[in-house]
Amino acid sequence: MDTLIQDKLEKEFQEKIDKDIKIEPNDWMPESYRKTLIRQISQHAHSEIVGMLPEGNWITRAPSLRRKAVLLAKVQDEAGHGLYLYSATETLGVSREDTIDDLHAGKVKYSSIFNYPTLTWADIGAIGWLVDGAAIMNQVPLCRTSYGPYARAMVKICKEESFHQRQGYEIISNLMKGTEEQKAMAQDAVNRFWWPSLMMFGPSDADSKHTEQSIRWRIKRHTNDELRQMFVDATVPQAELIGLTLPDPALAWNESRGHYDFGDIDWDEFWQVVGGNGPCNKERIEARIKAKKDGEWVREAALAYAKKHQTN
Amino acid sequence: MSSNEWPLWEVFIRSKQGLNHKHVGSLRASDASMAIQNARDVYTRRSEGISIWVVPSSLIIASDPSEMDAFFEPSDDKVYRHPTFYNLPEGIEHM
Repeated sequence: MDTLIQDKLEKEFQEKIDKDIKIEPNDWMPESYRKTLIRQISQHAHSEIVGMLPEGNWITRAPSLRRKAVLLAKVQDEAGHGLYLYSATETLGVSREDTIDDLHAGKVKYSSIFNYPTLTWADIGAIGWLVDGAAIMNQVPLCRTSYGPYARAMVKICKEESFHQRQGYEIISNLMKGTEEQKAMAQDAVNRFWWPSLMMFGPSDADSKHTEQSIRWRIKRHTNDELRQMFVDATVPQAELIGLTLPDPALAWNESRGHYDFGDIDWDEFWQVVGGNGPCNKERIEARIKAKKDGEWVREAALAYAKKHQTN
Repeated sequence: MSSNEWPLWEVFIRSKQGLNHKHVGSLRASDASMAIQNARDVYTRRSEGISIWVVPSSLIIASDPSEMDAFFEPSDDKVYRHPTFYNLPEGIEHM
């Protein structure tokens, strides 16, 4: 395309963004904006889908019918969220199946948190409270993201997420009212999930290569470090209220900043897990590939059935 | 096997009697009845609807956003279509 026209289109595009006019699927957009969105929304979709695995691990072993019904509903919601987001990704001109194949081929990531195992029932509480809590911190500002279909999907997702966090906090709170063993189980789950939850916000601002451009395009509204701080500030009082200790000796209220100070994140662990070497990376992707492969004949049969009835 | 990918459907939901069906998103399904069932599971888990339409996405024909200004301009330059264009004598408050 003519450079002059390109420049004009880009200028008009940025003006729309600056005026908070949403970008819709057929509107002109810079290729790099489209690519950034495809990457971010598909990663988000994959996270919802892979996120079903650690929790699905406990559906058959939930301690009561109430807990089982709740966990089933929650995991079904995660599937729904994945589907809203695949739907949003497809509006950018990529096919759903290609997007999923990219995940299976290791070309795109999903949230590193789902590469940790769920060892006890208390982990389901810790995931709902901390992991969904961190996700909500990320997702609420995304309801105002500049791309229309993504923003609309996020509005639906955020409405559904608050039950997820509450059910997790309820599980953990109840354990903290229980026997010494139950309290120890809750504390152990929090010890294991606290730092990985902080890592969910991604690399620190200094190392985040996408943040600056994403903020200019109003895809993101806050930096990773800002969101991480908001999460810590919101969560510390919730832990204190039910008698849990967060596993960070440096955690302390800083009167002058008006925020909690907290210790350094183990970035080596973060990059190891992102890079595929977390405790469950291999298992998670294998489970997704197997699910696709095992369902192949069903999808083919359904399509054959549909074609047959179309021609008759 | 992208050739075997199920078709894409656009989903429209009427949230209650008296309101229009409204676009909510899309999904993949092998045929129309599966699309309706999947739409129920994906888009109405919390009483969001009482009626669902599904339409193959390939059948949607859209206006061109780059022509938006020229296309909708005829409705912008006819201010006399709006009641506020008209002067009413003093004393007439509701018309």
